[in-house]
Amino acid sequence: MTATTTAGPQPHLDDRAADVPGPLARLAAIGRAELTLMWRSKLVLFGALVTPAGFAFATRSTVEELDLSDTGLTAATVVLPSAIVFALIFVVYANLVIVYVARREELVLKRLRTGLLTDRELLAGAALPALCVALAQCLVLAVTVSLAMDSPAPEAPHLAVLGVLLGMAMLTVLAAATAAVTKSAESAQLTSMPLLLVSMFGSGLFVPFEVLPDSVAEVAQRLPLSPVVELVRGGWTGELGGGAVLEALVVAVAWTAAGAWAVRRWFRWEPRA
Amino acid sequence: MVSAQENVISAAGLRRTYGDFEAVRGVDFAVRRGELFALLGTNGAGKTSTVELLEGLAEPSGGEVRVLGRDPYRERGRVRPYTGVMLQEGGMPSQLTAAETVRMWAGCTARPRPVAEALELVGLSDRRDVRVSQLSGGERRRLDLALALLGRPEVLFLDEPTTGLDAEGRHATWELVRELRAGGTTVLLTTHYLEEAQELADRLAIMAGGRIAAAGTVEEIVGAHPATVSFRLPVGWLPGDLPPLPALGVTGHELAGTSVRLRTDALQRTLTGLLLWAQDNGVELAGLDARSASLEEAFLKIAGAAEDDRRAGAAKRREKGAGPPAARAADVVRTDERNAR
Repeated sequence: MTATTTAGPQPHLDDRAADVPGPLARLAAIGRAELTLMWRSKLVLFGALVTPAGFAFATRSTVEELDLSDTGLTAATVVLPSAIVFALIFVVYANLVIVYVARREELVLKRLRTGLLTDRELLAGAALPALCVALAQCLVLAVTVSLAMDSPAPEAPHLAVLGVLLGMAMLTVLAAATAAVTKSAESAQLTSMPLLLVSMFGSGLFVPFEVLPDSVAEVAQRLPLSPVVELVRGGWTGELGGGAVLEALVVAVAWTAAGAWAVRRWFRWEPRA
Repeated sequence: MVSAQENVISAAGLRRTYGDFEAVRGVDFAVRRGELFALLGTNGAGKTSTVELLEGLAEPSGGEVRVLGRDPYRERGRVRPYTGVMLQEGGMPSQLTAAETVRMWAGCTARPRPVAEALELVGLSDRRDVRVSQLSGGERRRLDLALALLGRPEVLFLDEPTTGLDAEGRHATWELVRELRAGGTTVLLTTHYLEEAQELADRLAIMAGGRIAAAGTVEEIVGAHPATVSFRLPVGWLPGDLPPLPALGVTGHELAGTSVRLRTDALQRTLTGLLLWAQDNGVELAGLDARSASLEEAFLKIAGAAEDDRRAGAAKRREKGAGPPAARAADVVRTDERNAR
């Protein structure tokens, strides 16, 4: 047998460094394929397009029965953030858990990791169409709910935008973390349930923090999607102070970082043997 | 300058552990530029675990890998533009068509072949708009090969590329691989079809129990195993009438009625002695048959011996693990000889 080590990098027959597609081109290639796949999965499409609107409608009737007289909120400023966050949970989180698990079980992730894509690009590229649909959903909900409930224009739209972007980043990472503990695409419905339930009842989707007892509200505001709800609501009411904005940012970034750490630690790129 | 003698792939003392299980236990080999190297082994021998380390999919738990002189795991951005990989199994979204799958890959590949050319290469042009879920197993395998070849790789890793193909598909793939090799591509292939290794490989290594049990050209590996001569003696002649067998290079024999089977390390000498004896004595050797060991026989013996060896207890294994791989391979062959007698 010949010597098993060679000295240093070897020259190539042709140097391809200049022709390697950049990260954006790679993301676009994966994103395009994922968009095709999303379009072909009618179930995913239904979940992404129809469910959030149905939820907005359902919350509206609940909220109209709440006594909001002491909270400074209107029915619209309760329903709108809830509808937007619910759309994010469904279109980004629940959907991406299924996407990541399905691609892993089909060995697509493993196969793609043999190419030029980095691990982060791979996860981000697969999320791209869901993120675009979520963004579009948020816009549509903002406009339709405002019109239907006769709400004024947002006072601080940048806070709402910030909230939505933070929410999308956090939920993408949390979806990958959830995929790590999900065995199959079927069981994804089960594993994505805890975050959905906790957010619904704890993050002010149905019941705003302002009507909760103080001690409960204190805990509830630390939940993953609470800062998103607060920022979006603050965007409409314009009544979120600098300290509250900062606190919301810290909570959102902390959850995203925790999720990213979990992904690094536990995410698997191929099915368990 | 690019030299033809450089090692494009090299592995030194390579190890890979999954929890308590050590799948790769110290593997050394090197593949020169333009060479086709085959890794053979039974299921669970450690072939795929080894290839995944070469592909840079995982970091070895010990030892060193170099592909084109670089670490394929830590420097994957520098290595990947020049490698093509076909995994043992699948990896294509089932609801994309063949053409869409290739297009997705092309977006992540340096200087990709055009989609139509890639599909043409593997004979899937007429299936371009068919979804992966509707392709046959063999067609999926060929689509996978098209992805591996999309970037005109300098180094190609093929993990069981023809599993699930029919005879025609298998030969078409062999033809394609031969053409690529002729064009200067370095190929590392794993297979459990011995015929495939025999057809394609310049050199090969037989893995068993996470180690390389034997390595070399097909001739070298086969040459280390005894050839067989068999015939029937006519009525009235006994095996004891034959010339002294050890002098003819015979290392073992079996008798069943009038049938004689001789094992020999020197086929020509054995045969010459035997035929001269037959001529001198006017004996007709009915059903005379002489053959070198086949790769299959060599493989079964090496793999079987390594398996026995593996079962022979942890203490002995640790002791053996300390020696260089060449010595271990020789050990295995010697053990086998003893068992055969």
